[in-house]
Amino acid sequence: MPLNIRTYHDLNEPDRSGLLDQVGAQRARVAERMAPIGRVIAVMSGKGGVGKSFVTANLARACGRTGRAVGVLDADLNGPTAARLLDAPRTPLTLAGDAVVPATAADGVRLFSMAQILEDGHPLAFRGPQAESFLWRGVQEAAALREFLADVAWGPLDCLFVDLPPGLGRFSELADLLPAPPAVLTVTIPTLESRDAVRRALRAAVERGAPLLGIVENMVGGPYAGDAGDSLAQEFGTPVLARLPFHPAVGLWATLAGKL
Amino acid sequence: MKFLCVECDRQMTFEERQLPGDGTLAVAFVCPKCGRKVAMLTNPMETQLVSSLGVVVGGRTVPEQPLEAVRGSVATGRADAFHEDEAPAAKGAWPKWTPEAQERLGRVPGFVRGMVKRIYSEYARDHGIPEITVAVMDTARTELGLEGM
Repeated sequence: MPLNIRTYHDLNEPDRSGLLDQVGAQRARVAERMAPIGRVIAVMSGKGGVGKSFVTANLARACGRTGRAVGVLDADLNGPTAARLLDAPRTPLTLAGDAVVPATAADGVRLFSMAQILEDGHPLAFRGPQAESFLWRGVQEAAALREFLADVAWGPLDCLFVDLPPGLGRFSELADLLPAPPAVLTVTIPTLESRDAVRRALRAAVERGAPLLGIVENMVGGPYAGDAGDSLAQEFGTPVLARLPFHPAVGLWATLAGKL
Repeated sequence: MKFLCVECDRQMTFEERQLPGDGTLAVAFVCPKCGRKVAMLTNPMETQLVSSLGVVVGGRTVPEQPLEAVRGSVATGRADAFHEDEAPAAKGAWPKWTPEAQERLGRVPGFVRGMVKRIYSEYARDHGIPEITVAVMDTARTELGLEGM
């Protein structure tokens, strides 16, 4: 005869562990830290090597030069490049109360990146049972992203750019953590292959309810032929904000910044 | 996760947490009606999965430190990544450390050492402990659920 066992949701007695409450407190910390930030913009692609970090860094610098308060969160935990692209100083990070002070990089851009805390030339590695690390590594990286949002003293910003790695996973984590889905700036190169990968990312963003700001078509006029920018713009009803050659002039960044 | 005493139909409550130091975790729960106790034992992978979430089974007794999950878990962090404020004036004097406790603290990787020192110091202040010994570190580690620290 089966035991008559109440279900998980039937049990509502006080629980000192309060695991769900702890998770709720984590989310509340993210929301509190994001409150003085005007807009969070996820720079995403779904495809690697299209220049997301390059676009993020130069766009943030252009915004900084116009006097806007901007930050860059380098969400590429395994291949962080934003610190170098933004000429961030290599000084120890300072703790201020319950948060870490972000670096102030070129043109006043505030930056936080895994590159600032990792040993040079070493991969991001976690302590723990390596034999089954695939089971917990993703959770650990999501926790790192959460802390980069919640535990960095971003302060009031007009805009926080989040430089995402290739793929869709980090975007999903970001959308889960933020109080509202981030606006999405999409980067592609002109090729058919890029279009195919980026459209999956755009579809994921739309399905999460993220507003699409537009598309930046990068590496135009070189060896990469195609019309990915126009094709994606038409399919998703979002504008092509810029077509960038291999060596964009400073003015192009200013123009792009003015469109955001 | 919750534990139910089937016989009493009462939710069991957290009693005690132990960290043997081998990556495993032992957590005891007790039935508030009949007093029966059960222990949940997790293997290193399960322990890691829970700690990766940034939560502490049994609840938190000290505030979460900035970047606690990152600093407590990254194995390839720079020793000089963070500038630690050794004695925040607003929090009063730090407790003393015995040479043995200092020696053990010195074995903690530089990347996380400052945070570990801060956590133990805050624990000592909260409990009115004027001097941190190895025994205090062991007790605090178990009470606070500081696996690997």
